[in-house]
Amino acid sequence: MKTLDRKANYILSAILAGIAILVLFYMDSNRATYSYPLAILQRSAIYAVVAVAMNLLTGFTGLFSLGQAGFMAIGAYTVAILTIPVELRPDVYYINGIAEPLAQASAPLWAALVLGGLLAAFMGFLIGYPVLRLKSDYLAIATLGFSEIIRAFIAAPLLDRVTNGSYGLKSIPGFSSTLISFFVAALCIFLMVLVIRSSYGRAFKAIREDEVAAESMGINLFKHKQMAFVISCFFTGISGGMLAVFMRSIDSKTFQIGLTYDILLIVVLGGIGSITGSILGSFLMTAGREWLRFFDDPLVIGGFNVPLFRSGFRMVIFSLILMTVVLYYRKGLLGNREFSWNGIYAFLQRLSQRLKRQKVSKEVGKDD
Amino acid sequence: MRKIIASTLVLLLILSSFAGCGGGGDSTENIIKVGVFEPVTGENGGGGFQEVLGIRYANTVYPTVEIGGETYTVQLVEVDNKSDKTEAVTAAQRLISEGVSAVIGSYGSGVSIAAGAIFAEAQVPAVGASCTNPQVTAGNDYYFRVCFLDPFQGTVMANYAFQNGAQTAAVITQLGDDYSSGLGSYFVQAFNELAGEGAVVSEQQFQTNQTDFKALLTNIKAENPDVIFAPSSITTAPLIIKQARELGITCPIMGGDTWENATIIENAGADAEGIVLSTFFDEAEPATDEAASFISGFKAYLVENNQDEIIPAVAALGYDAYLTVLEAIRQADSADSVAIRDALPGISIEGVTGAISFDANGDANKDMAFIKTVQDGQFKFLMNVSVE
Amino acid sequence: MSGITLLQHGLTGISLGGAYALIAIGYTMVYGILRLINFAHGDIFMMAGYFMIFAVASMPWYLAIPLVMFLTVLLGVTIERVAYKPLRSAPRMSIMISAIGVSYLLQNLATYLFTALPRGYPEIPFLKKSFHVGELSASLVTLITPFLTILLTFLLMSLINHTKLGMAMRAVSKDYETSQLMGIKINRVISATFAIGSLLAFVGSVLYFTDRMTVFPFSGTLPGLKCFVAAVLGGIGSIPGAVIGGFILGIGETALVALGYSTFSDAFTFAILIVMLLFRPTGLFGEKVTDKV
Repeated sequence: MKTLDRKANYILSAILAGIAILVLFYMDSNRATYSYPLAILQRSAIYAVVAVAMNLLTGFTGLFSLGQAGFMAIGAYTVAILTIPVELRPDVYYINGIAEPLAQASAPLWAALVLGGLLAAFMGFLIGYPVLRLKSDYLAIATLGFSEIIRAFIAAPLLDRVTNGSYGLKSIPGFSSTLISFFVAALCIFLMVLVIRSSYGRAFKAIREDEVAAESMGINLFKHKQMAFVISCFFTGISGGMLAVFMRSIDSKTFQIGLTYDILLIVVLGGIGSITGSILGSFLMTAGREWLRFFDDPLVIGGFNVPLFRSGFRMVIFSLILMTVVLYYRKGLLGNREFSWNGIYAFLQRLSQRLKRQKVSKEVGKDD
Repeated sequence: MRKIIASTLVLLLILSSFAGCGGGGDSTENIIKVGVFEPVTGENGGGGFQEVLGIRYANTVYPTVEIGGETYTVQLVEVDNKSDKTEAVTAAQRLISEGVSAVIGSYGSGVSIAAGAIFAEAQVPAVGASCTNPQVTAGNDYYFRVCFLDPFQGTVMANYAFQNGAQTAAVITQLGDDYSSGLGSYFVQAFNELAGEGAVVSEQQFQTNQTDFKALLTNIKAENPDVIFAPSSITTAPLIIKQARELGITCPIMGGDTWENATIIENAGADAEGIVLSTFFDEAEPATDEAASFISGFKAYLVENNQDEIIPAVAALGYDAYLTVLEAIRQADSADSVAIRDALPGISIEGVTGAISFDANGDANKDMAFIKTVQDGQFKFLMNVSVE
Repeated sequence: MSGITLLQHGLTGISLGGAYALIAIGYTMVYGILRLINFAHGDIFMMAGYFMIFAVASMPWYLAIPLVMFLTVLLGVTIERVAYKPLRSAPRMSIMISAIGVSYLLQNLATYLFTALPRGYPEIPFLKKSFHVGELSASLVTLITPFLTILLTFLLMSLINHTKLGMAMRAVSKDYETSQLMGIKINRVISATFAIGSLLAFVGSVLYFTDRMTVFPFSGTLPGLKCFVAAVLGGIGSIPGAVIGGFILGIGETALVALGYSTFSDAFTFAILIVMLLFRPTGLFGEKVTDKV
């Protein structure tokens, strides 16, 4: 079977990237008409970053962590606190006022994002000590627990002057151009890919496959697990910050466990262990959710009211699709392979060969 | 085979993300689009749906508007913000993509605040029907509302309590919810001013989705307040009421505007007798002529839609918000959203909840609230309260 | 805090603890056999509540109770067959994700079928009788709950220790493959485990919802998680441990709210979990061979 050579690969990738950038640019310039698809794409990009970060932990290192929402919250609140314009702050903290040191603290967006990521990573570092020694299922519940603890602290009245507690933060300035969010997302994913392709990434995969064997090969289990955890938390924090900027207002309810479940389902959909799968899964899930909205409205075919279509039906269909993926397409869309032009090329070749074979043979052969 | 199915699905779903972009472009008919931004599912789905009914009914009563001498049909574009801030942002973007000239909504201050920035950026004015948190309009030139605000509401309830002999009070609020916490804080401020510092003897908070209030109610019982103020959503209200009575707490329990909903009476049953709440509208006391015809017409509409015959206050507000938007379009004499927004501050109409005009902030000049109670399983009007 | 208030809080605490204990048993049993955290257990509990609402609407309560009991057990066993059985040989992560998926599905199904608005739980007449002793108030169900819990636990332990099925359960939880080799019908044992777990969840739901009086689609999520923590606290795989864990959590949570730290009541539960996992991962009663399921 022929394969495409590297040059062809690069050219195809560059063309795809170029087209994507042009389309996005066009949509951004006509923001009024395209704000809806743009919003969906932005949200997908943000979730893609978290999904890849979660995949780094779950798919590549074998650590099942359910704490994403909490780390996103840390990143989000950091960015929010630092980027709300100073003159608007007294209005936002309208009940209790803002704590003195924060009243003037301000930072440009990129610095706030990085700081948010660093804080989240630091929390991950601290949390890692107790939690990373646990077995997978306990690790999941422990990280879930930490996520809820973080959320409790954010909403707590005693931190009202810092996080505005239950009142939420608003007036967060949006992205000046939607391209920024895609750029940041692409950068984060690119960095994570670099990590995975490095020797550290190989160590992570070794740990996923067999911890005992990895240790006997000289890999310091705890140090590497911690590294994976911290890196993942860093990018999760950044994506939380981006979410805050996208949404323009946040409160602690935004970061409930449901958010982590959403990310988990994206990762499962795309394939645990596949980066492009997570990106694809993120777009699918976000777009799919919107697209399936028509399930929520009563459907009338030729005057006959189809009985099941009521509000809430969309989420049922959605959950059913996910259960199907989990049970029957366990590897998700891409399994642990990556999207590659070779893959598509090979797929097309196989398709054409199969069609040729079908034409030639008279038997009704079994397909697939 | 699997891969083919999977790939087709992928393609379909990617393409569907563009399904939403269908900018205005109707040149054959004269149509002006008005967005309806409400939760129909989620925590506030019940109330949101009632508001939608009010808006839809208004659309049947006033389906057209005159712009520049031509008759335009008003088309409602409804989106569901699912009572969730993240969804609200996407839903708001969808409305903008559809090319609406104005928006009505939402039930639930949290989602209104979230979407406010989007509407402001797109320069589309929004008229809130029942969102009472001051943050909705504060600092946002494009958001208006036809209902009163929480600071007003908190003061009203505090006044009512004090005037009826309460010297001490307990307040229960929902942690993480801006409406509940905000309204609760305003009540505390107002009551402490009236009855003296420390008159609010107990402030308790509960978590979202919490169903057991026995412990915090026991704490309150120990302080023996004269009244309990518990602004909360429809989900938790019956629980608080029932559990309080079960524990033997006999003092009156008060709530905010969200409590005016038949489900509370249904779920709390006999224990709901005597609860007091503030609201925007009362069907037994029509404030204006418009109100009288609204009451009879809307009741019929409710029955048509398989709802109870009791008019929810938020539906009346939805109706008023629609009237306001229509009047603004007439005044602006254009379908341009910026022109409509500029016309809004100047309008003054008779709505079903009273006279409507806006102040500098975009808030309605409403100085009156209706206090209702539950008697014999029905909501009953108690009195009007005004605050200078 | 006055004595009466303390007593009142105490009542609330042990009642809450009892309900938690019943649900925690379900978690610990399933984990003991399948090494699976059944995230959907909390939602089975929630569905039992809804079933009851609809059953009582059409028939008197003494008929409704056995019907709903049957339906809940059916639900639990079906979930196991459909969502967990195909994944028995898959890596642990897959089955946990499946559990999360089932939980998600049940919640969305409930929202779709019954709307997000809370529904009133039917009042079973004698359970809601109120007692007032001086300043102290409680309804019968608050008082019954802990006793019922302990009674059921006792019955369950007898089942485990003195019946063939119980012996099979113990064997499977000790060593899955060998039990199969020894001729134990694994599928039956697992189904029986889920059936018992669902049954207890049903009882728990009757007690819990009669006390709380309304059901909404997310009534099961947080209690579910907390009950898992209770199971871990007591020692995963140990039934008496789960019960004790449930009581400790219920009382602890009530104590926190009583002291005014209600903001941290959820955080407290998870903090306990983490502390337990750090210092005593086998829980309070883990390692007790004879009592393991």
